[in-house]
Amino acid sequence: MRVMVREGLFTDPDPDTDPAPALLGSRCTNCGNVLFPRVDACTYCATEDPEPVDLSGPGTLWAWTAVTAPPPGYRGEVPFGVGVVELPEGVRVIGRLTESDPAALATGQPMELRIVTLHRDDDGNDVVTYAFGPPSASAPS
Amino acid sequence: MTGVAVTGVGMHPFGRFDGVSTTDMGVAAVRAALREAGVGKGGFQAAFCGTAYGGVATGHKVLSRLGMTGMPIVDVEAGCASGSAALMLAAAAIRAGQYDTVVVFGTEKMPKGIIRSSFFEPWQEEAGLASTPAFFGLRAQRLCQTSGITKDHLARVVVKNRRHGAANPDAMYQKETTVEEVLASRVVCEPLHLFMMCSPNEGAAALVLRRTDLVTSPSSPAPVTLAAAVLRSHIPGSVLSESTPLSGLVHDDAPAPTTLSATAAYEEAGLGPADLHVVECQDTDAARELGSCEELGLCEPGGSAALLSSGATHLGGRLPVNPSGGLLSKGEPLGASALGQVVELVRQLRGECGPRQVEGARVALSHTVGRGANAGVVILTR
Ligand SMILES: [Zn+2]
Repeated sequence: MRVMVREGLFTDPDPDTDPAPALLGSRCTNCGNVLFPRVDACTYCATEDPEPVDLSGPGTLWAWTAVTAPPPGYRGEVPFGVGVVELPEGVRVIGRLTESDPAALATGQPMELRIVTLHRDDDGNDVVTYAFGPPSASAPS
Repeated sequence: MTGVAVTGVGMHPFGRFDGVSTTDMGVAAVRAALREAGVGKGGFQAAFCGTAYGGVATGHKVLSRLGMTGMPIVDVEAGCASGSAALMLAAAAIRAGQYDTVVVFGTEKMPKGIIRSSFFEPWQEEAGLASTPAFFGLRAQRLCQTSGITKDHLARVVVKNRRHGAANPDAMYQKETTVEEVLASRVVCEPLHLFMMCSPNEGAAALVLRRTDLVTSPSSPAPVTLAAAVLRSHIPGSVLSESTPLSGLVHDDAPAPTTLSATAAYEEAGLGPADLHVVECQDTDAARELGSCEELGLCEPGGSAALLSSGATHLGGRLPVNPSGGLLSKGEPLGASALGQVVELVRQLRGECGPRQVEGARVALSHTVGRGANAGVVILTR
């Protein structure tokens, strides 16, 4: 079974029926700024009850690195990529990258949202989270 | 308004000290500062203690050991800027006329190995997104892109600070290094190599503050004036801010917390970056020192590589940065690091620093920034 690392952050659709996952964000009804994850009040202007918005990309790569030693509380494999992707809704989002070699990435390259497996938990579930990666057309089929 | 003077300083060296407790180190630093200031039991009316990992009532444990309690003792946590926060509260209380004399100290034993921060949500840890070095790496990569900084520049920051630190008996690393050695150390998070990152460690620092008009003159050692002690948090917008959000805006219009803090400190002191003679700034990694120089206004935005290459920030240069060796040489005990900078600068202004002395220094600035975000800027004069 697949379980999300945390409910309410992203959608994890069945690839056969609904191919594009999305990040669950908010858009402020006052200042228009987009936020991720969802919030009760706008971080920028404190207006309550922003409207929900789905962020699906694709975006462009803005910053990236790779983590070479397991950070605290992390049970998956190393190395893994971490980066910042600019999404068309006007927001930069931090997330894992499917590419762990910094030399294989370039500023501004297109990045798609993916749902990836982190590790198998003690109950035998695959724990999944969101990540960004180069478009699947260029990935090995 | 009442002025504030620093009349005594004390340090427990920064490093790793098995069998020495957080309390032991705090006692050593506070005892030294009180002795220098000529202050004993009953001679101060409040104490503020910066610590992040010290646990409940760290300040009380230190002052109990010295037999000096009864006054308010307040523990302060503000990440890397915990000491700056303690100093800001103490100075404000003296300026407001609440106290004549206050003890401010910071003491810390950072956990060994990979440090778990309660700042992150459990899911962020599980997803691998609670990696402090990754955030340092991402910020460093952006700064490299926007300011034309290369790995060679980053290595030269380390070489400079380790050269300074070789003359500091309170530093963890008192051995010089080379560009080749820095670049040969393993990559932790691109573009940062191991030698470009400071080591979390242990240590303590303490100050005695007193109302300027009560300082008896001539006193020994000469008092240093605390011209500004400012703490600021972040304004949202930057995805790579020390507030460590998961998202940010696609422009970089929000001023950095360091810039907010520095602007307020310059105003409070009636001084500007051009008036400074010596700076101790946050160098948790080599890129952080260069970014700090830009955010503090020591150079134009994008000008930090040129500032470094000009030699200005080396000892003997126009504006030495981190003459103590910085956190890259001293290591970083969170609650003590900001006050450790202030102790160094007080000694610089008194002319007590021997081979690492900045000649003729009369105006000094200390800067710390970290998780929260918290940014502290302190300006000292003599
Ligand atoms: Zn808003």
